[in-house]
Amino acid sequence: MADFKHKDIIALRDLTKEEIERLLTTAESMREINNRDIKKVPTLRGKTIINLFYEASTRTRTSFEIAGKRLSADTVNITPSSSSATKGETLADTALNLLAMKPDIIVMRHAVSGSHYFLSKKLPSCSIINAGDGTHEHPSQGLLDMLTMKDKFGRLDNLKVAIIGDITHSRVARSNIQGLTKMGSQVFLAGPPTMMPPGAELLGNVTVCCTMKEAIQDADVVMMLRIQQERQGKTLMPNAREYSRYFGLNPENIKLAKPDAMVMHPGPINRGVEMSSYVVDGDQSHVLKQVENGVAVRMAMLYHVCGGELE
Amino acid sequence: MNLIIKNGRVIDPSQGIDDTLDVVVENGLIKDIGRDLQTPAGVEVIDGGGKFVVPGLIDMHVHLRDPGLEYKEDIISGTRAAVSGGFTSVCCMPNTKPAIDNKAIVSYIINKARTEGFCNVFPIGAITYGLQGDRMSEMGELKESGCVAVSDDGHPVANSELMRRALEYARGMGILVITHAEDLTLVGEGVMNEGFTSTEIGLKGIPRVAEDIATARDVMLAEYTKSPIHIAHVSTEGSVQVIREAKARGVQVTCETAPHYFTLTDDAVRGYNTNAKMNPPLREKHDVAAVKAGLKDGTIDAIATDHAPHHLDDKDVEFNAAMNGIVGLETSLPLSLALVNEGVLTLSQLVEKMSFNPSKILNLQRGTLKVGSIADLTVIDPAVEWTVAADALASKSKNSPWLGQQMKGAAAATIVSGKLVFNGR
Amino acid sequence: MAAEKTVILDGAGVRRALTRISHEILERNKGLANVVLIGIRSGGAYLAAEIGDSLAVIEGEKAAVGAVDITLYRDDISGQIPHLPVGKTEIPFSLEGKKVILVDDVLFTGRTIRAAMDALMDHGRPDSIQLAVLIDRGHRELPIRADFVGRNVPTSLKENVQVIFDSENKPVEVILEK
Repeated sequence: MADFKHKDIIALRDLTKEEIERLLTTAESMREINNRDIKKVPTLRGKTIINLFYEASTRTRTSFEIAGKRLSADTVNITPSSSSATKGETLADTALNLLAMKPDIIVMRHAVSGSHYFLSKKLPSCSIINAGDGTHEHPSQGLLDMLTMKDKFGRLDNLKVAIIGDITHSRVARSNIQGLTKMGSQVFLAGPPTMMPPGAELLGNVTVCCTMKEAIQDADVVMMLRIQQERQGKTLMPNAREYSRYFGLNPENIKLAKPDAMVMHPGPINRGVEMSSYVVDGDQSHVLKQVENGVAVRMAMLYHVCGGELE
Repeated sequence: MNLIIKNGRVIDPSQGIDDTLDVVVENGLIKDIGRDLQTPAGVEVIDGGGKFVVPGLIDMHVHLRDPGLEYKEDIISGTRAAVSGGFTSVCCMPNTKPAIDNKAIVSYIINKARTEGFCNVFPIGAITYGLQGDRMSEMGELKESGCVAVSDDGHPVANSELMRRALEYARGMGILVITHAEDLTLVGEGVMNEGFTSTEIGLKGIPRVAEDIATARDVMLAEYTKSPIHIAHVSTEGSVQVIREAKARGVQVTCETAPHYFTLTDDAVRGYNTNAKMNPPLREKHDVAAVKAGLKDGTIDAIATDHAPHHLDDKDVEFNAAMNGIVGLETSLPLSLALVNEGVLTLSQLVEKMSFNPSKILNLQRGTLKVGSIADLTVIDPAVEWTVAADALASKSKNSPWLGQQMKGAAAATIVSGKLVFNGR
Repeated sequence: MAAEKTVILDGAGVRRALTRISHEILERNKGLANVVLIGIRSGGAYLAAEIGDSLAVIEGEKAAVGAVDITLYRDDISGQIPHLPVGKTEIPFSLEGKKVILVDDVLFTGRTIRAAMDALMDHGRPDSIQLAVLIDRGHRELPIRADFVGRNVPTSLKENVQVIFDSENKPVEVILEK
């Protein structure tokens, strides 16, 4: 297996199949730590990790924080308030100020796609991990989703994965498409045409479906994306009621997927919109397993970037 | 200062000239043009051997940022960049601070250009007061004080009624309206062209139809009001087609494109390159092909740069926060010459689009080498190869997508009103 | 130049050494009560399985066998570029009150054993930890010694000792590379 030699993890698009496999294998090993009484290893002792979250996110931030702490790193959370943005400090200046504190890793979430590449250029001595950038990628989510699939199926090739919802605005969808395509699986997308970006079928091994039915037919995995009114605005759909009627997962249409199909959602879930509660809490739901795998995957990411080449 | 340019390949579409000739300049005017002319005593001799001698290039769309944004560019640095790129005249857009919407600002620009600038500067006034899109500016006075056109460049006039009235009113005042054709509701929060690239790199797209619709609206308003209109920076296949059809119907429409729209695609944005961020955005291959076809068949009348200098602070930021625009004055000539090498344009057509047509559209009384006309000339070395380097750019700003790239062709001499203002790099 | 290889223990030798170690473990611990075997990945884990089988043959009962991966406990992580792959630690039983027999293939500087002991301590508080190694090649950098040794092999620092395993992870021989 190839060594993992990246300073940063910004997008699964930048990683090879072997590198993704390496991260997932390490994550599987990390899981053991999370299941014992003393949930800590000394690996990143003395390392400083800054969680820089420009967008609110309890789940991802907490997950990265726990991951860092279980590896014995010192983790610091910085949530630049909206007021500090109005104070006029640029991302570059914030980054340079943070650099003065000598962090080893910065985990950043930012509303602007690609801002991590910008940050990485500014901070060549520090590893950058993307915890979500705009509508570009969310690699840790993509990895934890794939780990959850691997847990169930024992493989990541030849799976039929349906992703349903607002593909245009979904960084989760992009990371999954990149990762799953590299691993040899097939992705079927469905959503209202207002939420399907041009050229989506060219993103990888992707089929764009006209209806949700078509996408989830015989699927191994049905991944539902979160509907966020602030993203979809007033023009992408009439309302949540109609959305759930045509693009929501319920006990009826889930029967179209394979009998043992797994249901996933990156959270937080709008019950009754993307998924009926019967599905969220049903046997096929893997939502909580996703969260559990999140810590292990993020530990793997933190571990491997720390050993990346520093040029 | 009088001078003679000897043995250059003189290309002057206004007279149908493409021949190896001498050009004599005296007292700021073209004195004589012909074969093997006598060199008058005491004049400067410029060797035109192997070079093109053309009517001074005119860039009808630049942003000089003066007054108000001099940290990006000013009239001195902007006109220095212009003459370095072979331009003898530039038309500056009104989105200064304050905007060019009153006589005082127009006078300031004209005076500063005359006393401290290197080339002719023709201000373009605002269509609406403060570029607010709310009420019409005093177009009559703007014209009288020296504006050659009006435009709300950068801020499309969204209100169709206002645009209609502006076209009518401007016609009455004898001033041309230049439109920045974009439907802002379709542009939304977009930061690049909407297409596969925007999908893959996750940036919000601007659909090309945003430009097509606005171009169609403005062309139709011009048609309805029987007024002339000029469409700025055409970038889409749809826009080219709309204008082509309108011209065939006899609408008084002219238009320009910029070198980046026939040279680059939205692939240049990959890596979140803020020097490839502009408005309208870089489009796709078929748009580039359509723009070239439009240049070739005459649908597109002019090549302008939309020279939009921005300070490093405005570009060295995350992509969405970066300002729109690139500098273009110093790279326009080689990029446009490439069209001749590609067979898109003849040399004479290129000179039309970079000098004769802009002059005609804006009634600048230039763009010709007829005896007795103002001696604005550009001597072009078509063979010289050079690399675009930030340090070597005369503009204050270095926001070029071509930094580090090889160019072929450059101005060897730029002559404004008979004065040699640039003598090669 | 290809390294010069000497076989210092052949297959039969390895088997005899492991059998002897098994007897010694039983003797020292008076049987298998509360004894668990934990091998250090990867060679030690293979050998722990072998010793486990051997104990079962001798004693007629089985000791629990686990494996520990010490990658995350290494003391040279900061200098590693890139970071080493992480193996799985599998200790599916409690260590509380257990006599742990820690198994490794080659005892050298002692740093691996230090890391393994730290890892074990994070899994619980065993009654004792005893160390069994197939080869002790000397050159300790920490105050660590083995309780059960298959063979002491004096080496120079330039030499390399390797236990070779077959595709089924059974020990084949031990070689010394110069």
